[in-house]
Amino acid sequence: MSFHFSEENILKINALKKRYPSSKSLSLPCLWMVQYQEGYISLDAMDTISKIIDMPSMEIYRVATFYSMFRLSSSDKLTISLCKTLSCKLCGSDKILKHLKEKEVNIELVECLGSCGTAPVMQINDTFYENLTLETVDKILEELE
Amino acid sequence: MRECKIVSSRFHLKGSHTFRVAKENGVYKSLEKVKGYIPLEIIEIIKESGLRGKGGGGAFAGEKWALMPQNSTKPSFLVVNCDESEPGTFKDRQIISQDPHLLIEGILITCYAIKARHAYIYIRGEYKPFQDILQGAIDEAYQEGLLDTCDITIHRGAGAYICGEKSALLESLEGKRGHPRLKPKQKEPEWFFGNPTLVNNVETIATVPFILENGADAYKAFGTQKSAGTLLFAMSGHINRAGVYEAEFGTPMMEYINYFGGGIKNGKKLKAIIPGGASTPILTAEEVSKATLDYETMRSLGSALGTGGMIVMDEDTCMVEVLKNLLEFYHEESCGQCTPCREGTGWTDKLVGKILNKEGTKKDIDKLLEVATTMNGKTICVFAPAVSGVITAFLTKFRDEFEVKL
Repeated sequence: MSFHFSEENILKINALKKRYPSSKSLSLPCLWMVQYQEGYISLDAMDTISKIIDMPSMEIYRVATFYSMFRLSSSDKLTISLCKTLSCKLCGSDKILKHLKEKEVNIELVECLGSCGTAPVMQINDTFYENLTLETVDKILEELE
Repeated sequence: MRECKIVSSRFHLKGSHTFRVAKENGVYKSLEKVKGYIPLEIIEIIKESGLRGKGGGGAFAGEKWALMPQNSTKPSFLVVNCDESEPGTFKDRQIISQDPHLLIEGILITCYAIKARHAYIYIRGEYKPFQDILQGAIDEAYQEGLLDTCDITIHRGAGAYICGEKSALLESLEGKRGHPRLKPKQKEPEWFFGNPTLVNNVETIATVPFILENGADAYKAFGTQKSAGTLLFAMSGHINRAGVYEAEFGTPMMEYINYFGGGIKNGKKLKAIIPGGASTPILTAEEVSKATLDYETMRSLGSALGTGGMIVMDEDTCMVEVLKNLLEFYHEESCGQCTPCREGTGWTDKLVGKILNKEGTKKDIDKLLEVATTMNGKTICVFAPAVSGVITAFLTKFRDEFEVKL
């Protein structure tokens, strides 16, 4: 299976190239584009990026594995990123976690999401869900189904 | 308490993120004044104002700006640090989502002063919803012709705490892993692909328009002599009204907590506060009662002002659990470049876990302190020394809670 960027993304990449002193800066933007296009980042996609931005494949791989938000395998289930860091913990993220574990979802425990004032918080597909209670978690999951 | 809204003046307005509302309420007004100055004069004004970096370090902004060459043959760049990842800190997101045009105004002034034609805003990956608001404002600014001579590009990170460290951020912006760089021997600018670059936090840049509009003295009128001006302090944890509230430096900590925060949740007593983001050493309730919110006082208490993001803990909080939680964070987020940090964060996390599970011995506490000492001063960046300070503070101030679990 080989990977190809969509036409829209190729246009985006070409426009971005003009905005940086070197095309190497495009590694993160390109990895993001792949993730939104395919749902995850395959080795094939990394090879493609390598050619486009003139960076060794191995270097792209090093980058893709360094940043925690890049997904390197596909998943059919809904993935929930639940913040486990201190402010959320003090405001009851453990209870939310216990509750989520009873559901049919992938739970990813993540470090501080920068929502400490509205803790506890989880993130699903870029959207923040703040001030969570067991009831609001149920409601959110129902709406997403 | 004296009201001071230097950065947050438009936060309460409906639609404050749009060009129309922001413009009606004074945004971009300082740009007219800026044209009357040559770049070096602007740097002087910033120096004179005493503005300090608001991302945690508190270095004098004007001194940093002055390091930028005025007659460089290479292009100069401004990089705005919006990789807000320090636990307890959530102030920059308020700026970019509630007054993004203020940031753009600050960027335009800064770029003029350091002769940069392009600014990058490096934003943490998780902040996508706020990034979209900011991008909307940038698009509006392009339409209004404000960005004809100076481009702004948002660069999205992808989940790495260490990229908030400016040199790691630049590595990441260059497309690499976010590994901090070695510090130069003498003061010099940062470098982005070998080009002179200034890196400043979002809030620092967002403070610049006020100073240009009202003068250095107007800014210095707030705060203390050494910590001039204001900061978007924040509270989270066991506090009634968690959130971000701007206050001047030097405000007594308890006054801030009670006035804005409405006191401790459920009428409980205060036990401790981590004053400026997770990496600043914890303060006991007694220390908090003496503390004022400025760089000097915090340092004299053996802690640091950091980002001003306070994490409040009530009397029922288990300090061993808190330290375990923090060490899990550091273990996950260590970039792995230096051995004392990579190994030390994992090792100390394990030791505290052992103590928390009541499997520890007195030797483990000694070992914990020994590893913490080894982590201090032996790494490229300040990540490990900060962790070392955090561990030491917990063990000095709450040692009995650790010993009870042995």
